[in-house]
Amino acid sequence: MTDRFVSRGFAGRRRDADADRAGRIPPGQYLTDGFPVLSAGPTPQIPIDQWEFTIEGLVRAPVRWSWEQFLALPARDWTVDISCVTKWTKLDTRWHGVSIDDLLAAVELDPRAQFVTAYSYGGYSTNLPLSDVLNNLAFVAYQYDGAPLEPAHGGPARLVVPHLYFWKSAKWVRGLRLIEHDVPGFWESLGYHNRGDPWREERYSGD
Amino acid sequence: MPSQPLGWKIATVAEIRDETSDVKSFSLLVPQWQTHRPGQHVDVRLTAADGYQAQRSYSIASAPGPDGRVDLTVERIAEGEVSPYFHDVLVTGDEVEVRGPIGGYFVWEPSFGGPLLLIAGGSGVVPLMAILRERAGVDAPVSATLMYSSRTWDDVIYRDELEQLAANEDGLRVLHTLTRAQPPGWTGFARRIDRPMLEEALGGIGPQPLTYICGPTLLVEAAANGLVELGVDAGRIRTERFGPTS
Repeated sequence: MTDRFVSRGFAGRRRDADADRAGRIPPGQYLTDGFPVLSAGPTPQIPIDQWEFTIEGLVRAPVRWSWEQFLALPARDWTVDISCVTKWTKLDTRWHGVSIDDLLAAVELDPRAQFVTAYSYGGYSTNLPLSDVLNNLAFVAYQYDGAPLEPAHGGPARLVVPHLYFWKSAKWVRGLRLIEHDVPGFWESLGYHNRGDPWREERYSGD
Repeated sequence: MPSQPLGWKIATVAEIRDETSDVKSFSLLVPQWQTHRPGQHVDVRLTAADGYQAQRSYSIASAPGPDGRVDLTVERIAEGEVSPYFHDVLVTGDEVEVRGPIGGYFVWEPSFGGPLLLIAGGSGVVPLMAILRERAGVDAPVSATLMYSSRTWDDVIYRDELEQLAANEDGLRVLHTLTRAQPPGWTGFARRIDRPMLEEALGGIGPQPLTYICGPTLLVEAAANGLVELGVDAGRIRTERFGPTS
């Protein structure tokens, strides 16, 4: 019944004539040229000389990088489309950072590791299957659009997982914890979908 | 964690009220509405005859009630897609699809206590109004301060109701700041929210209020960072950084 509903007098904004562009917008999303900021609490202020990034959990030995050490890791440019569960999609965002593959190359993974918790300065966390961050699907970015990543957008560094809703791209990330059994993160514990694939419109728990 | 899908429901527009020249409130009657919590929002979906759909999120302005009535307050964004439909097309008796309630962090219930510091910019006042309406409706013994930034006096959403609520003398203080123009004889603040204003707000309710901030990014950043610098525990500050939704 619901799928036959039509809103009286609604035509919609003129569709994007560029089919290729339109084909990059997941269902229920709209294009924005801005870069909206969303977060649950104050922006953490992180002195760069105290910043560190850790990989821990089901690894043979944890590894930790200082800011200087992190900048020395192999990094590359990424141009990706991003979609926020609050409905905006932004195309061709430009980042610079280190792939999760390259970070994990520094540790020896325990074969039991199946999931990742990304945790942040300020207390935020989000959970991901390991398979969603491997094979160049995810990276830790410290530049956006050619400039240092602003604190409001997650600087000094944030996780970016462009193929999932953007709450998975943890701002102010300070580490990854490899685990055997999935543990819901911040929003995943508050009614949002556990995986968050925008193309399947996995917005809320039960979608 | 399998759970019930949050399904789309067809709501009926029961009432439309002008709030300001570009803000209206819409009372929706939603069948089988699961009671919401103050601060939550709903998703709205519009569908064209050819199947094209547009979705937006709107904060709930009303306190939870038993009757399935949900008030949304919508600012008209000129170049928008959904808000102009709400303002220019919807009439009483029309139907819209909604699902919700959504959001489990930017919420307040009387059991959370206070004191409450609510800081709003423009239409960011909407979820905070749900909190104030709930507080008044259940006579919650919680002191509260609303610091509300608007462009002009005519842009103040819920202006009369806020004056009435403050006149109850039940511990609610409303501090307006008008950033663009002020009426003759204006004695309130007339600038963007800054540290002295935050100090003034804290002076009335104590150093560690339970704080909810909603508005444009610059306002939220200034208010949240300012409060942290003034010693408010970051864990006591909840933010929602919605700009206007087109």
